[in-house]
Amino acid sequence: MIAIIDYGLGNLHSVKNALDTLGITSQITSDPKVILQASGVILPGVGAFEDSMKNLKERNLVEVIRRVVSNKTPFLGICLGMQVLFERGYEGETTEGFGFFKGEVRRMVVDEKIPHMGWNQLSFTRNDVLIDEMQEAYVYYVHSYLATNYDSEDLVGYSNYGNLQVPGYFHKDNIFAMQFHPEKSGEVGLAMLARFKEVCDDYSTSN
Amino acid sequence: MLTKRIIPCLDVREGKVVKGVNFVGIKEVGDPVNLAKSYYEQGADEIVFLDITATHEERKTMVDVANDVAKEIYIPFTIGGGIRSVEDMRNMLLAGADKISLNSAAIQDPTLIEAGAKAFGSQCIVVAIDAKKREDNTGWNVYVAGGRKDTGLDLLDWVKKAVALGAGEILLTSMDADGTKQGFDIEMLRAVNRIIDVPLIASGGCGSLEDFYEVFKEDVADAALAASLFHYGELTVGEVKAYLAERNVPVRW
Repeated sequence: MIAIIDYGLGNLHSVKNALDTLGITSQITSDPKVILQASGVILPGVGAFEDSMKNLKERNLVEVIRRVVSNKTPFLGICLGMQVLFERGYEGETTEGFGFFKGEVRRMVVDEKIPHMGWNQLSFTRNDVLIDEMQEAYVYYVHSYLATNYDSEDLVGYSNYGNLQVPGYFHKDNIFAMQFHPEKSGEVGLAMLARFKEVCDDYSTSN
Repeated sequence: MLTKRIIPCLDVREGKVVKGVNFVGIKEVGDPVNLAKSYYEQGADEIVFLDITATHEERKTMVDVANDVAKEIYIPFTIGGGIRSVEDMRNMLLAGADKISLNSAAIQDPTLIEAGAKAFGSQCIVVAIDAKKREDNTGWNVYVAGGRKDTGLDLLDWVKKAVALGAGEILLTSMDADGTKQGFDIEMLRAVNRIIDVPLIASGGCGSLEDFYEVFKEDVADAALAASLFHYGELTVGEVKAYLAERNVPVRW
């Protein structure tokens, strides 16, 4: 079972619908017990960095998420759920994030329209378990803030937008993070979620 | 590179898809969920559903449509028509819609745009505008009630205000072009695109592959919306994208 963390933000049902279609059992929850027992955890989210961390704290989920990650449970952050995995965010008040990835989340500076909204080509820096030899793919983004000063070793996929290289997909150890929305990226996104489920299955069999 | 989006639009009345020609002579053409699914399979980038005669009971039907659609397609979709409060927006978003489109309700109460953007983020709030050229050729006026009523508002003034209040996207329909199949209203789109920094969806008048190409070649919109062309099977989304890709317009396909 994959736990989809409910913290009062974001389109949780889209993620759940996508997993349902793939025949993957999942549960939308804010219950620490359920989250800690899950074979994998997804942190979705649409909204602002500051609100996100505030809501997670109010629900006592910050420590739960740290334990999930230190237990080596596969963990996937999507959009805002990706951004809070970095060290800090500058949307609203400067806010500390989880710091699982090095880097900061800042408003994009670009010679194009903001938000970066729509389908963009995702190019890869290397192969990865979730992309499984995909050469490149179109994925759906909608965001105005992005990760900066990150460790390039963590970056797997990026998209070009105007003069900007937008980091799209990070992976380090058991932590996966996508700025785009796999649940809204058609068959490509569904394939990535299906691969994430396989990673979760491997994890539960080895534990 | 960000691609140009092709967006089929479904006008829905009492849970069924209809399409008006110049907003009159509405004919029923089918089930919204099946149509949405076929557009998804054809490679649509997004889908817009407009509830065209929203009464209170019908809005509940639309929530059901959103719920069903969300289980069948894995691309973003927008719901508009009859949404008059933050609560209405929340219901549609919870049912699985990604964006809300506001039209006359935003004109009646512009603070609705601000409230929606604050509650759900600007990226959720599309402001849809129907506009028609003034007879003296000095610009365009904004219309409501399916194009029957002139609000007296100037298009460019209203666009600026909507974006300032938090609109994340503008869906602009030309009343002059709509239903004619003579092409998008390039002049009006250019005038609006020039003054905004949020994405612009072109709507009204598309009748051919060339019309899609023209709106992107002229660089006056980020996305193109069409309805009857796709409903009646005159073109598939795939054909449009293949045509655009051959002409070096960036599209996902």
